[in-house]
Amino acid sequence: MKVESKDKKNLAITACLLAGRLLIENGSNMERVNDTMRRMALSAQLQNFEAFTTMTAIVASAEHLPNAQVIDIHQRKLNLNKVAAVNSLSRQFAAHEIDVETLYAKLQKVDQQPQQTSDFVQCVAAGVLSWALTIVYTGNVHDSLFAAVIALVSYQVYLTLGKHSKARFVNEFCASLVIALLTVGFVRLHWAYDVNDIIIGCVMPLVPGVPLTNAARDLMSGDLISGTSRAVEATLTAIAIGCAIVFVLRYV
Amino acid sequence: MENFWVRLIFEFVLADLSTICFGILLNIPRRAYHCAGAIGGASWAFYWAVYYQLHLGLALSNLLAAIMIGVLSMAVARWQKMPMIIFNVPALVPLVPGGQAYKMVRSFVLGSNGAALVYLYQVLVIAGAITLGFGLGDLINRLLFSEHHLRNR
Repeated sequence: MKVESKDKKNLAITACLLAGRLLIENGSNMERVNDTMRRMALSAQLQNFEAFTTMTAIVASAEHLPNAQVIDIHQRKLNLNKVAAVNSLSRQFAAHEIDVETLYAKLQKVDQQPQQTSDFVQCVAAGVLSWALTIVYTGNVHDSLFAAVIALVSYQVYLTLGKHSKARFVNEFCASLVIALLTVGFVRLHWAYDVNDIIIGCVMPLVPGVPLTNAARDLMSGDLISGTSRAVEATLTAIAIGCAIVFVLRYV
Repeated sequence: MENFWVRLIFEFVLADLSTICFGILLNIPRRAYHCAGAIGGASWAFYWAVYYQLHLGLALSNLLAAIMIGVLSMAVARWQKMPMIIFNVPALVPLVPGGQAYKMVRSFVLGSNGAALVYLYQVLVIAGAITLGFGLGDLINRLLFSEHHLRNR
C-alpha cells in the first residue's frame, strides 16, 4: 500500500512516535524500540526516517517534515502486555494487514488499556513470590509464611502509594519501611525466628528486575545513554530499599 | 533432602512458581505464564546444580545460567511470537543477588566493613557475570536464529 498524501505521512510519524513512547514507558529495551520504529517507518514508506531515543524523550524526523517531532515520556511503569501488543501491531502493519489509521487507533487503545490483573491478585502474587524465594534462598519454611503475609501487605502499600505520588523511589522506601517494621514486630513477638531471612524474601517483589535486565541489554547493544541511566535507576531503587531496612534495624 | 534429583525438582518447582508470580507483577500476557515459568525454573535449577553441587564458582555459574536464559527465551519467543523480554525478565529474578546486597548494606551500617566488602564483591561479580552472560547469549542467538538462516521457512 503506497502512502502518498501528506496527512497520511504525518499520521505515520505520529503512530511511530506513539509506538515508541508506549514501548519505552512500559519497560522495553532500546534496541526493540529503535527496531520497531524503523520497521514501522519502512512499512509506511517514509523516507530517511531518523529517531533519537532516550529514556525520557524521543525525537524523530522524516525527510518531508521541516521540523522534527518530539514526544516526552513522563512516567515509567511496567506492563509487558502492552509491549507485546505494540509488537504484534507492528508485525501486522509490516505484513500490510492493517493500514495507518487502524494502526494509530489501535495504538491509542493499547495506551488506555487498564492493568490486566487486579491489585489483589498482584498482592497475592507478591506474597507467593516471597514465600517461594524465602524457601529457596534460606530454607526456612516456618518464616516463609510470615514473609508471604508481610510481602502481601507491603506490596499493597506500594501499589496504593504508586497511585498517589509520582516520586518512584519514595514508594519503594515506604514499602521497605513497612516490611522492616512488620518483620521486627513479628520477631519481637517471638512468632517468627530470623529477621534476615524474612527480609531477604520479602524484598524480592520490589527488586528492580526490569531496569537491571534492560540496563545489561542496552549496554551490550551499544546504547550507552539509556544503559547508564537505567543502571542508575536500578541502583537508586536498591539504595532506597536498603536505606529503609537499615534505618529500621538500626533504630528499632 | 538427601536425594539430588528430589532436591533438583523441588528447586525447579519453586523457581517456576516465583517466575510466574513475578510475571503476574509485570503484567505479562496470560498465555506466556507457563513458558516463562519453565524457563525460570530450568535456569535456576541449572544454576543451583552448577554452583552448589559442582562448585564451579560464583561467576561461572551465573554466566552459564544467564546464557541459558538468553538462548531459551529467544527460542521460546520465536515459537510463541512474543517479544523476548517477556520470558527474559521474570526468569532472571531468582538470580538477582538480593540476599547478598541486603547483607552488604546491613554489615556496612552495623560497622563491620570487612564483611561489607566481601558481600559487595559478590554482588559486583554476580551482576557483571549476568551482564556478560546476556551479551554472550545475544551473540549465540544471532548465530543460531539470524534472519538469513530462517529465510527458507
